[in-house]
Amino acid sequence: MSDPHAGNGTPRIGVYVCHCGTNIAGTIDVVAAAEQAAEIPGVVLSRDYKYMCSDPGQELIKDDIEEHRLDRVIVASCSPCLHEETFRNAVAAGGMNPYLFQMVNIREHDSWVHRDPEAATSKAMHLIRAAVRRVRLHTPLEARRVPINPAVMVVGGGIAGIHAALTLANAGKQVYLVEREPSIGGHMAMFDKTFPTLDCAACILTPKMTQVRAHPNIKVWTMSEVTEVDGYVGSYEVTVRHEPRFIIEDACVGCLECIDACVYRSGKTPDEFNLGLSKRKPIYIPFPQAVPQVVVIDPDACIEFRTGKCKKTCVEVCADRNAIDFQQTESFDTVEVGAIIVATGFKTFDPIRTPQYGYGRYSNVYTALEVERLVNASGPTEGHVVMRDGSTPKSIGVIHCVGSRDRNTNRYCSRVCCMYSLKLSHLLQEKTDAEIYEFYIDMRTPGKDFEEFYNRVEEEGVHLIRGKVAQVRPEPNGDGRLILQAEDTLAGMVREIPVDMVVLATGLEPQADAEDVRRTFNITCAGGGFFMERHPKLAPVSTFTDGVFLAGACQGPKDIPDTVAQAGAAAAEALALVDAGFIELEPNTAYVSAEDCSGCKTCSDLCPFHAISFVDAKAVINEVLCKGCGTCVAACPSGAIHQNLFEDDEIFAEIVGVLADA
Amino acid sequence: MSDYSYYPGCSLKGTGRPYDESMQAVFAALGLGLDELDDWNCCGATAYMAIDEVQAVALAGRNLALAAATGNDVVAPCNACWLVLTKTQGKLGDDVALRDIVCGALGATCTAVNGDGPQPLRIDRDVAVRHPLDVLINDLGVDALGEAVTRPLDGLKVTPYYGCQIVRPLATFDDQADPQTMDRLLAAVGCEVVDNPYKTRCCGASQMMIMPDVGIDLVSLLIADAVARGAEAIAVACPLCQFNLEGYQRKALKEAGLEQSIPILYFTQLLGLALGLDPKRLGLHRSFVPVDSILGRRAAHV
Repeated sequence: MSDPHAGNGTPRIGVYVCHCGTNIAGTIDVVAAAEQAAEIPGVVLSRDYKYMCSDPGQELIKDDIEEHRLDRVIVASCSPCLHEETFRNAVAAGGMNPYLFQMVNIREHDSWVHRDPEAATSKAMHLIRAAVRRVRLHTPLEARRVPINPAVMVVGGGIAGIHAALTLANAGKQVYLVEREPSIGGHMAMFDKTFPTLDCAACILTPKMTQVRAHPNIKVWTMSEVTEVDGYVGSYEVTVRHEPRFIIEDACVGCLECIDACVYRSGKTPDEFNLGLSKRKPIYIPFPQAVPQVVVIDPDACIEFRTGKCKKTCVEVCADRNAIDFQQTESFDTVEVGAIIVATGFKTFDPIRTPQYGYGRYSNVYTALEVERLVNASGPTEGHVVMRDGSTPKSIGVIHCVGSRDRNTNRYCSRVCCMYSLKLSHLLQEKTDAEIYEFYIDMRTPGKDFEEFYNRVEEEGVHLIRGKVAQVRPEPNGDGRLILQAEDTLAGMVREIPVDMVVLATGLEPQADAEDVRRTFNITCAGGGFFMERHPKLAPVSTFTDGVFLAGACQGPKDIPDTVAQAGAAAAEALALVDAGFIELEPNTAYVSAEDCSGCKTCSDLCPFHAISFVDAKAVINEVLCKGCGTCVAACPSGAIHQNLFEDDEIFAEIVGVLADA
Repeated sequence: MSDYSYYPGCSLKGTGRPYDESMQAVFAALGLGLDELDDWNCCGATAYMAIDEVQAVALAGRNLALAAATGNDVVAPCNACWLVLTKTQGKLGDDVALRDIVCGALGATCTAVNGDGPQPLRIDRDVAVRHPLDVLINDLGVDALGEAVTRPLDGLKVTPYYGCQIVRPLATFDDQADPQTMDRLLAAVGCEVVDNPYKTRCCGASQMMIMPDVGIDLVSLLIADAVARGAEAIAVACPLCQFNLEGYQRKALKEAGLEQSIPILYFTQLLGLALGLDPKRLGLHRSFVPVDSILGRRAAHV
């Protein structure tokens, strides 16, 4: 093998073996490993140390570089995901190029997964030998710097998106807030009171919604969806499709006179916002506090769209404001942003999938979200709990975990249902004085003031029964009452309780189109279909795509306090990124040796990042787009593509090192 | 050549004869060929599997080996047989070591007699085990069934009772919590289907012999609820359910404080009546509980 360190004799390699307390040293004989490493040709210094990542550990490297004139450094410790950057920085501080460093993972790949000390130590030695052979061949590299567009796009206008958008806009960044529905507000706008403080959802949400609307740094696009994302961190090009609203937004003043003037005397179309519990007209506003305060026309219901023969009383009354435009068509906008926050929320579980609870079959079975609308003063019954059959319930059964913690539907806990069930029981009792029976599996109230709220509701006389309801069935005598049957696991008996109304505490699921959204933003989904964070503990709002962040329930079920906290975190992370003005990227990109390229284009179709183009029938790789995945390197039939930090001779040297006996 | 192999199991040759008779008649009327397996044996029922799994799988597996040789799906109308054979097929498919043991045992000890003389038994393919509800819904379809009806059972109030074994633990062709296949078949022949919240409850099964008090309570619950909801008959798909609901009905009625009995009919018997088949061919004359109410109503429609 030729000498990689031309001009200065053989390389001078320093090896550091970390104890990581007992994490590594408990299984691997780190002292012996360091001693053996000292024997490997090229190694001029080998040490073991308790915590290499600590400040003294890093100082050690810095000092040794100077004192022993090291020109290559190896640290055998944990995963490079954790501390590669730490050690590269230490190496750089010692005056070396940081890419002349190699990390060996003897914790996650060795001590944590093996029990036999002798074998584990032997494995550590093989890995260290491989790194020594490899690091000799490393060449100095420079990190790439690319500028960042400071604007941020927030996708989803629920409480998560609203909070993130306001945080960024208040920091002076341009924000594009994209919402699919005619108004921002999301699920929170549908709720009545919020647990555990029982403050009114609208009262705390509406001010934030109007702030969004009024903020000079926020552009709100409702009835809009992201259709395409191009580009890369710092320079995303996002295309947004706008559905026609048939109203000129800037001309509409929100007087709502057109709704009164509509030729329909009353609504005929199920009102989406009230989950079909009321009817709306073809021209409508989703809810009184909607933002923007602009009406919308439903072309499927509007007579003008269906027949072209409407008197158009709406246009008459709108008069010279001229806000109604039946000719509107879909339109597109393309904007450049440096970062994207995905806050697309959740959908509630459809209890048709649990037929044993009779939803859809027995009219007095409701979902919890429907009950939120029923108890809401601006809801279909103005806050009076009137059931579909016109009566007021005297007894109510609440069933927890519908579509949660069940291998037949979703295995996970939806986290919010215990608390919102307690809240609904409190509100229902307050409004109807009904006897309320809550059936739960486990009562999960792990939040600030949550347990206290649970105690309060219990003291208010709500019957809490620990048992999963097996079935809801109608009384055979036809009086319309429903029998809830459950095993009361505290009393050790089967209970059959007849009630007038059943409330299903349906769980939270990923949005129906989460898979499409995932693909659009090039992010990943975890098991249940929720979007996956980069690290469950240490990178909870980042994704595996740089510059794309997550906020709210699209990442997993969560309540309002957690959603807002996460939205703030996502905004802060996005801000830290775009505010820096530029980013440094790993130099592990692929490059083409043009004389070997046959121009076959095998690589360009395979590149997941569209980083390869062809100039004069030769492949050219855009360094900024390249993520260093190595797909093209492996695929190139002529061996014309190489990759920094993963050169063929480096990898072969590593393999030889692993396989060598001693 | 037949469309399906037929595994009757012991019940359909004994207490469940009306099921055997009515199903064969209905399948024939609908043009679905059935060919009874030659030399079939006991499925082992639920008991054997609990005692010795390997022997139980070998015993039930012999029937699958016979069916494998025919190249057809095998129809098992008894819910217990259906479950045992389905489970057995699953175990043989999943567990290669078990399959080797069972195939070895079958090849060494059993022979089937066919045209070429005795042959070693082999299980050389997966056999689809089918319940008649599954076949009628998924292979024939409710539209084809509806078209074949000559004497619709207009307005006859029937409540379907599925029992446990075709929905638990494996629900391969219907919803586990709210099965619908029988509901749909009965609706297709003109019945007014009465909602049955107890459609998958326990009929007492063999507890009727061991702990009659428990068994009678369970049957009483099923019957009283069906009567309260206005059903004129209970349709079943399992010979053990039928036996318990019919054979112990007098005691169950007494327990519930009721007097009027209610016919317990195999769903195939009701389909057969709607197809215009002779009640005798459908085994209706074998009922313990009088079925005159059903036959009388049918006559009124003729």
